[in-house]
Amino acid sequence: MRENETLAQQEYVAKQVRRRNMVTAARILLLVVILVLWEVSARTGLINDFIFSSPSRMMICFLSMVTDRSIFYHMGITILETLVSFALVIITGITGAVLLWSSKSLSEVLDPYLVMLNSLPKSALAPILIVWLGANMKTIIVAAISVAVFGSILTLHNGFMSMDPDQVKLIYSLGGKRKDVLVKVLLPGSIPLIVSNMKVNVGLCLVGVIIGEFLAARAGLGYLIIYGSQVFKLDLVLMSIVILCILSAVMYQGIAVVEKRTRR
Amino acid sequence: MIPKLEVKDLNYSYHSMEGETQALSNISFAVNPGEFLAIVGPSGCGKSTLLSLICGLLAPESGTILLDGTMIPQGDTRIGYMLQKDHLFEWRTIFSNACLGLEIQKKLNDESKSRVKQLMAAYGLEAFQDARPSELSGGMRQRAALIRTLALEPDLLLLDEPFSALDYQTRLAVCDDISTIIRKQNKTAVLITHDLSEAVSVADRIIILTKRPGRIKDTMTIKFPDNAMSPLMRRNCPEFSSYFNEVWSILRD
Repeated sequence: MRENETLAQQEYVAKQVRRRNMVTAARILLLVVILVLWEVSARTGLINDFIFSSPSRMMICFLSMVTDRSIFYHMGITILETLVSFALVIITGITGAVLLWSSKSLSEVLDPYLVMLNSLPKSALAPILIVWLGANMKTIIVAAISVAVFGSILTLHNGFMSMDPDQVKLIYSLGGKRKDVLVKVLLPGSIPLIVSNMKVNVGLCLVGVIIGEFLAARAGLGYLIIYGSQVFKLDLVLMSIVILCILSAVMYQGIAVVEKRTRR
Repeated sequence: MIPKLEVKDLNYSYHSMEGETQALSNISFAVNPGEFLAIVGPSGCGKSTLLSLICGLLAPESGTILLDGTMIPQGDTRIGYMLQKDHLFEWRTIFSNACLGLEIQKKLNDESKSRVKQLMAAYGLEAFQDARPSELSGGMRQRAALIRTLALEPDLLLLDEPFSALDYQTRLAVCDDISTIIRKQNKTAVLITHDLSEAVSVADRIIILTKRPGRIKDTMTIKFPDNAMSPLMRRNCPEFSSYFNEVWSILRD
């Protein structure tokens, strides 16, 4: 507690801290309640644990896969595919948006196509990708890129176009060219936009990777889900889904950390 | 004597699908070396367009603009342009903001850096070299923007309502500051403003424009007993209000 803090201020701080602690406690409680309810209803036969599994069955499944190390292999494959496609989406997204920004005619010509490709359900492309590229990691990565890249280009391009025209005027008045506008204003000024776009993209890439793995994989969490449902090992399916939940939350938080750093 | 800046028979129109809007019509004037010219007029009379034309950001439809008797290539560093807002970039420190022009011109070296440092020291920004723009007051930011412009050592300064974004008190102080700096450096300056009292307090000569399309309505020479008077001192002179009334009556009819 700092000196010469008034009583009202202390009360305010204490109230805020109390509220924050309560939110955290409620979050943990919610998780515990769900897990307990699930487990109890599975044990008492309220739900069929062959179909609905249960936390303990998922845990047993997970531990057995930890002992033979196979879970790390599948997780690694999914993470690798997501990160590779994510990196490629960021690169093509920024490059594409810069190209569209640099030529007004090009952006006007391509606009309807981009809008169409963006709203196209990308899972429709997956079967052709398999035929064209084969049932391998290439297909999965291309599928993941296709989910995120068009939206990324459009969002970044929109952001670039809403740049303050006076900032452009400033660069020109200092004798700069369009290249200077790009390097000195557009890119550094767009870092918050790029990072928030990354946050969306990492989730979309994961969606694309799972779609790809459903159709064209022999490894990865998406493969485990499909395989598990085919052989009716629903413990495996639900465990993979839980791991996916955790994975996506971790990746999202990773970008949130980057965002905090750039805000400094 | 060759004037510093000469504008002859300048015309400019904006085009859009809805039609053509004439912004400036038949503008001719000259500015002598070391002179401080103010251009006033009702809003939308093409004042800012005129500055954009002078510094080559727009190409005139007809007419010529000469600097020291020669045509002005685009991005000529003999002309410095100060915009309404300071546009200091938050991702740069004040010092690197001030060096932006030098960086773009690829003139950033030890000598130019020390010149920028000297300017910052002279205008009270020494302690803020490594600060971010958001840590500075409006007046300090505008001074940093002036240093960014002066770092390229322009002969002619174009000021596009550079004080209008500031609150009134800061505005008086910064206007005083900046016009004193400009006079001390012996630069030629063209100031655009809609604030008549500002024009009278800084200028040697005032050009009054008409409503759109902007034409020159009148030119007025401003003379105060002492040439070295700062804008705030001028505001206290009896001549100030008579000039103000004169400009006001010309603008009104």
